[in-house]
This record gives sequence, structure tokens and C-alpha cells, in this order.
Amino acid sequence: MDAGFSTNVGNNKTIPVMGHQTPDFTSFGYHWCRSATARASSQPSSHDYADRFIPNRTATNMDLAQGLLTIPRKEDSTVGLSASREAYRKLLVDTLLQGRTRILKYRNQPRTPKRSCLEPPQVQPIKQHRYIPKEPEKTMDVSDIACDWQLNLLDWGSNNIIAIAVDDTVYLWNATTKSISEMMTVDGASYPITSVSWDSDCRRIAIGLNNSYVELYDPATNKLIRTLQGNQQNLLVGSLAWNNHLLTTGSADGLIINNDVRIRSPIVSTYKSHRDGICGLKWSPSGQYLASGGNDKLLHVWDISKSDPLHQFNNHTASVRALAWCPFQNNLLASGGGKTDESIKFWNVSSGTCLKSVNTGSEVSGLLWNKSERELVSSHGLPKNQLVLWKYPSMAKMAELIDHLSPVQYLAQSPDGCKLATASTDETLKIWRISEKSTNKKTPRTSFVVGPCNMYSSIR
Amino acid sequence: MASRTISKDIITLRGSAAIVSEFFGYAANSILYNRGIYPEESFSKVKKYGLTLLLTQDDGVKSFITGLTSQLSEWLEAGKLQRVVLVIMSKATSEVLERWNFNIETDAEVVEKGVIKEKSDKEIMREIQAIMRQIASCITYLPCLDEACVFDVLAYTDKDTTVPMAWVESDAKLINNPQMVKLHSFDTKIHKVDTIVSYKNDEWEDEE
Repeated sequence: MDAGFSTNVGNNKTIPVMGHQTPDFTSFGYHWCRSATARASSQPSSHDYADRFIPNRTATNMDLAQGLLTIPRKEDSTVGLSASREAYRKLLVDTLLQGRTRILKYRNQPRTPKRSCLEPPQVQPIKQHRYIPKEPEKTMDVSDIACDWQLNLLDWGSNNIIAIAVDDTVYLWNATTKSISEMMTVDGASYPITSVSWDSDCRRIAIGLNNSYVELYDPATNKLIRTLQGNQQNLLVGSLAWNNHLLTTGSADGLIINNDVRIRSPIVSTYKSHRDGICGLKWSPSGQYLASGGNDKLLHVWDISKSDPLHQFNNHTASVRALAWCPFQNNLLASGGGKTDESIKFWNVSSGTCLKSVNTGSEVSGLLWNKSERELVSSHGLPKNQLVLWKYPSMAKMAELIDHLSPVQYLAQSPDGCKLATASTDETLKIWRISEKSTNKKTPRTSFVVGPCNMYSSIR
Repeated sequence: MASRTISKDIITLRGSAAIVSEFFGYAANSILYNRGIYPEESFSKVKKYGLTLLLTQDDGVKSFITGLTSQLSEWLEAGKLQRVVLVIMSKATSEVLERWNFNIETDAEVVEKGVIKEKSDKEIMREIQAIMRQIASCITYLPCLDEACVFDVLAYTDKDTTVPMAWVESDAKLINNPQMVKLHSFDTKIHKVDTIVSYKNDEWEDEE
């Protein structure tokens, strides 16, 4: 190879020294590049481009290089410069300085990202970063609504219609069209209505009655599809929970019955373990577990395939009505206790352990996981009758919504996760907005066509 | 013969400047998306260069990039732009983490004399497509950006250009001891654009 010149590797500066021969410039360029790549030996890709001249400008000390260029001019007279030296110097000037470039920075700074997607959400400060209105968006009058811990008279279906049972009539409030209609009225024998539940695709609405019957209606036609006769003791059916085609009813004597609504004799299984009335009944999102809370202060978790409870939790010191399964973490259940307990407890149902217990200061009448954010909503009674938004898992209070004049009895969430509906003994039904981000917006991600960009969202 | 080449293959200086500045806009968007500077939800898909690319919907960033590309286009037509650099810095420490360097070589003859060149549109699109794919694939070797980052755009211009209102003089925002990777380049016969990404060296990789 040409004797070439040496480079001072240590300081990242390249000091060219002339060689004896008169090499042509292409080989100079080649040679320089070789040393440059030798320096950055750890990166494999630059070796591939060893044929090309890569000016390592980012590591070149331009001031020094310029100094070195000007100094020889002073020492030698221009005549003494050999032709190659001159040409080489010219090449250097061109490549290093580009005729004295000016570097400009674009000034109009865009708004810096508030929340980088790489930042874990738990690290965010406790102060809420989104605006949650303190006032309810809408208040409606629901006079004479029965308020009892064993009743569940409010449900918000995935068709965006709220069903609320007042006395002996079920009203439907369409949240999209904001119109209200009467669905059905029961006759005196089964009066009053004790529970209301939409099934998952809102083709049926189940109405539990005081005489232990459950009626299934078709909301499109307001016609009765079926009547399920319940237990023999004629006790009210206060809790309902749907699991696909299975409707589970919980009654005031502590009996939980699983009904398959498609077959002739609907009763599939009966769970007998609670000693007092059932207040809360919820199926897990996977449909594998059923959580039931009763007036006997017990929380039971049942596996769909077994008739004995999987877990029996007696940590609560008051009746357990508020139950909510976590949508983003499997096997996580949150439960809330009544007047003397006032706590929210988190359970891992696969291991049967209590993960956390948070004291809230007032009875917990309802619990919901926010579908769009990692948050928990709880509704409370005296003294504040408030709704609290908790950040999960830090359990920091994000917002406290106080507007009801008496304990909040019923709590429901809109299908897009943006709104809450609450009803209380002060005879009002209030709609609150808690989030702007609708969960529906997430779906465009899943409908990406397979292309180069799509692959990287999964790599993340 | 001559009539055949009329439609798409002729490149004028203005057309070439438009292609390059448009490329830069899409490349900037792609870099912002892939490096996670802005949340992924704020981007929407478009079809360009035969690929599905992502453009930001954030108004601030959109207007930043459009202002930028119009100025770049102007400089390119005047033949004064030498380089465009997109610098990614940590928000907290303002330390430069990545430097996306787009070198531009302008054919001076075209700027001075207004000569028209010929190159197939498709060919240029294909070259740009290759670069966009490389940008998207770069996250396989670039170090993770764990912290919140902001970006800046630098333009290396000739000394004699007048500085427009929206631009200020700046330093080069270099990285010490960077790792460099050279990506593909594309050439419109009037402007040749090279892409190099240099990034801050993590602790020495043990794959030696």
C-alpha cells in the first residue's frame, strides 16, 4: 500500500502528513477512510462502505483542521508547495469546510410531546394531567327510585342505552339521541323491579323481580321473550350477571343460580354458600370466574366448572356490594366494603391473595374500572357522596366528583369509557364525563394493513 | 423518440427541489414515529412512495414541518442547501442522542444554467422507498430512547444566504464518539441526497 500518512487515532483528529510518492486523490480518499473505519471498529456496517469516502465530520475538530490548513501557507511560500500537496489541500478544504458553511437551526419549535409513549404511565405525577369536569354533564330526575344495597337498578348497555328501573317501570335513556322511552311495566304481583341487566350484545335485557322471577325482554320490540322462575322461596332477585348465554341470578337468600337462557330447563347449576342476601355479582372478562359479594360480609370467587367456591374471602367487615374485574390485568378483582369497612381491596384470584387494601373513608357502593385509562372509579356514601377516580396501581386520587346530596347507590359506565352514570337516593340520575379518549379510537391500530410500518408497532 | 420522454422523466430544478423537500418531510415524520418522539396514536397512515407511511396529526408538529419543507425547497432551488440534519436530544439534559444527517449535493450546472435533466420518476420513487424502509428498520440497531426527547432541525447552507426570520445561527450539535450508519441515497440527477445516522455510543457492545 502507499506509505500514505499517519492518523492520530487517540484524539479523533486526523492530521494528514504527506507521503513520498505522489498518490492520486482517489487513493488518498480510500486510505483515509480505512483508518477512519479502523477507529470505529465496533460498528460492523461501516466496513461495508470502506470503498466510499465517508467524511467523519461529526467527530472532526474543524477548528484544528482549519488551523492546520492555514499554517503551512504561512511557513512555505506558495511556490514551494508541490502540486500534490496543493491539490490535496484543496480537496480537504472542499470536504471539511464546504466553502465555510453556515449552520442554521429552525426556530419555530413545535410543542414538545407532553407524554412520550415510551414513558411508563405509572411514573406520571399524581396531579391529573387531563381535565375532568367537576360538574355532571347532565342531571335527570328519577323520583321514587328504590335504594337498597341488594338492588341493582341501573345498567348502561353496549348499545349506549341506559336502562333504569324506577318502581315498577323500566325506562330506557338513549345516550346518543338523548331520548327517553318507557320499556315495560310490571304488574302488582311482581312489583317492584329489583334488578336490571343488559346482556353483552344488548339483544336482551334481563329484569329481576321481587317474586324471584326474571323476565327477559327484547329491547327492539319491547316484548317479553322468556320468564325464568327462580328459587322456591319467592325472594327478590337483586343481582344479575351475564356470561354469554348464561344468566346468573343472585337472590336475597344467598342462592346463586346459573341459567342457560337458550334451553328449556334453564337451571344449569346452583351455588349455595352465602348465608345472607347477595348484593354484588360479577363475571370476569374471561368468563371463567364469578365474584359474589353478600350481606354476610363474605366475598366468594367461583370457578365456572366447580360448584364449591374457589376462594372465600372474609377480610371485609361489612357487606360487599362493589365488585369489579380488571380489564387490563388478568385475575385481578377489586372489591369495596360497606359502612363499617369503607375499604377497597384488590385480589389475585389465581393465587387467592389480597394484594392491597385502601381505606376510602366512606362506604363503597360501586366500583368500576375505567375502560380507557388505567383507573378505578368508586362511588361512595356519606358524608360526601362522591365519586373518586383512582390511578392504578398507585391508588393516587385523580379526581373527586361531588354533586349528589345523598349516598350514590348505582354506578354504570358508558361503552366507550368516557362517561359515568350515577343514581342516588336524592332522586337524580347524573351523567359525568371522565375521559376524552374514547376506547373506540384504539381499533384503527388493529386494522393496519401488514406493511413495513406495522411490524414495528409490535416490536415495540 | 423525443416525444416519448416528455411526460415523467424530465426533472427540472424546481421539480427536484420539491421531491427532495417532500422526501425530507416524510422522512422526518417517519423518524419521529419510529423513535417514539411523539406518541404513536398521534400519527395517521398515508400511502406514499408505494409504502404505508405515518404522518403526524399534531398541529404544532405539522406546521413546523410544512414551514421547514417550504424553506428547504426555496434553498434547494437556489442551490444553497448543503445538508439537513435532524437532531434528537434528551428533553431533560439537552444532550444530543441521535443525528440524522441528509447530505445534499447539487449539480451546480443546473442551478446556473437551468439545464433540464432526465431520470425516470419511478426510479426516484424506488430509491426513496428504499431509504424509507431503512429508516423504519433502523430501530433494530439504534439504542432505545428511554427518556422523553425533543428534536431540532439544522440546515447547512452557503455563507451568503440571507437568514430567514424563522431560522437562527446555531452550532453543529455534534455527538462525541458517535456510531455511524450510512443508509441508501437517492439521486434526482439534480440533487443527490445521502443519509447517515449517527448515534451516541452506548457502553461498548460485547459482540466484539
